[in-house]
Amino acid sequence: MGLSVTNPGLMALIVDYGRNGHQHIGVSVGGPMDEHAYLWANRLLGNNYGDPQIEITFGMFECRLEAATSIAVTGADLGTRINGRPVRNWRAHAVKAGDVISCANPVSGLRAYLAVKGGFRVDRILGSSTTVVRDRLGGLAGDGTKLKQGDRIPFEPSTDQLLMSVPAQFIPDYERMLELGVILGYQERHFPADEIARFFATEYQVTQEIDRMGYRLAGDPIACDLDGILSEGISYGAVQIPRDGQPIILLRDRQTIGGYPKIGCICSLDAARLSQRKPGDQVKFRQVALTDAVRKKKVFDRFFGIQPR
Amino acid sequence: MIWRTTHSSARIDRAFHIQPLSENTLIIYFGQQADAATARRIRRANDAIAHLLGSVLIDTIPSYGSIHLTYDLLATDFSALHKQLSECIASLRPDPVQEAGPKRIEIPVYYGEEVALDLHAVAALADLTAEEVISIHSAQEYTVYAIGFTPGFAYLGNIDERIQAPRKQTPRRKVAAGSLGIADRQTAIYPVESPGGWQILGRTPVDLIDYSKASLTPFQMGDRVKFISVTRDEFLALGGSL
Repeated sequence: MGLSVTNPGLMALIVDYGRNGHQHIGVSVGGPMDEHAYLWANRLLGNNYGDPQIEITFGMFECRLEAATSIAVTGADLGTRINGRPVRNWRAHAVKAGDVISCANPVSGLRAYLAVKGGFRVDRILGSSTTVVRDRLGGLAGDGTKLKQGDRIPFEPSTDQLLMSVPAQFIPDYERMLELGVILGYQERHFPADEIARFFATEYQVTQEIDRMGYRLAGDPIACDLDGILSEGISYGAVQIPRDGQPIILLRDRQTIGGYPKIGCICSLDAARLSQRKPGDQVKFRQVALTDAVRKKKVFDRFFGIQPR
Repeated sequence: MIWRTTHSSARIDRAFHIQPLSENTLIIYFGQQADAATARRIRRANDAIAHLLGSVLIDTIPSYGSIHLTYDLLATDFSALHKQLSECIASLRPDPVQEAGPKRIEIPVYYGEEVALDLHAVAALADLTAEEVISIHSAQEYTVYAIGFTPGFAYLGNIDERIQAPRKQTPRRKVAAGSLGIADRQTAIYPVESPGGWQILGRTPVDLIDYSKASLTPFQMGDRVKFISVTRDEFLALGGSL
């Protein structure tokens, strides 16, 4: 029994919580661009936190279910419907064989998560089923290909009527101006004080150059007294400042190493929020202390029961 | 008169610096220079850290002059790690056997015309014959300085200054899997077909990334690598494709 893809839309990918433990040979971690929305979808269905789901970017996705189960839809509001009837985001829905789930265009946010009870049954490669197109790893065939028309993603049927929804206070507003918490680090010492001040004072715009590797922003350029550095490991959320001075935030499918100076890292939960912003949206940076960022992330990880290894 | 001391390892810089990066990552800087001694020191430190931290360690990226670590933030924190890592790295003593390189890997390469797309351009730039470029490139032993770009793509250095060549002005849209390239002071093999701007000198029949094998790739940070020039027939017999 499975879910059959009748239209993959712009991009739909199998993702789980990511492929850990192979960065030393250049394998990207990948995983959900918005872990907050992804983790809620699994939680609504009582799944393991890392069970495979479908990440739908920008909509136009359509699929048919071959068996009864419960689904959860979280993240961006892509105008999702079941059999043509609009359904609420951030909650579970009982579905039956033959039901058609379809997405239109983004109403708010950019990426939605579609989970089924028990998770999709997708083989793992290097410990994960997450799709990283550039690494040719993961997904249905294990070779990093995106979902395409005719793909069939297996799941175990279930007649449990799960109808939980996410409490309103945990549902983010993706239209709100986003402030990104920054932990200064990496080559911060090579950015003059007035450049760092400008970095925190500037409103940046999300450009068209956004993908799973990173988000390129546009605004007042930031100067660094280094041209390049010895290539080094790149953290999730690292803020890279290339020669043109326009920040690039490095996200899930980033390369493992890189040789541009970096001013620090944004908090990982802010990186997840950023992935729901679209070209033209405004963002700002705000300095945060590492200890505060750690405290918040620990609360989050405990709540969702994250067990990295 | 030039002195060549046999106790060069005694001069290796012992300094290092640990810096927090994000909620669950940190970086250890060992030096700002790409050289074989630093690469081997990082390899030893990386092995020791993996042993020290066990399941608390989620991921490690050794590269040129640093090691980037991802850890389980529910199991430890930066200040505890800083103490543990400082003690661990400070206690590492140079081991003459290890300093010579953990492993030497021989990689067969076919430097023939039909695969060595930039051999003549590199030879012209160096004012050498194609044969001289091949003999210089394959004479020397290289060290793995980093692995990245794509899975299994190993940056090897340093190449002989006589055959140094910059990256191509316009990168190729497609470079065949197994292609051996050079750029500036480094050389590398493209494990899979990908876009790329390195000057291509040959091709290896060896699979440099194989997800069905436990080792995945033959290279690890700090390994020594030697290219062995093979004939077209040997290349094909070893499973190479043209």
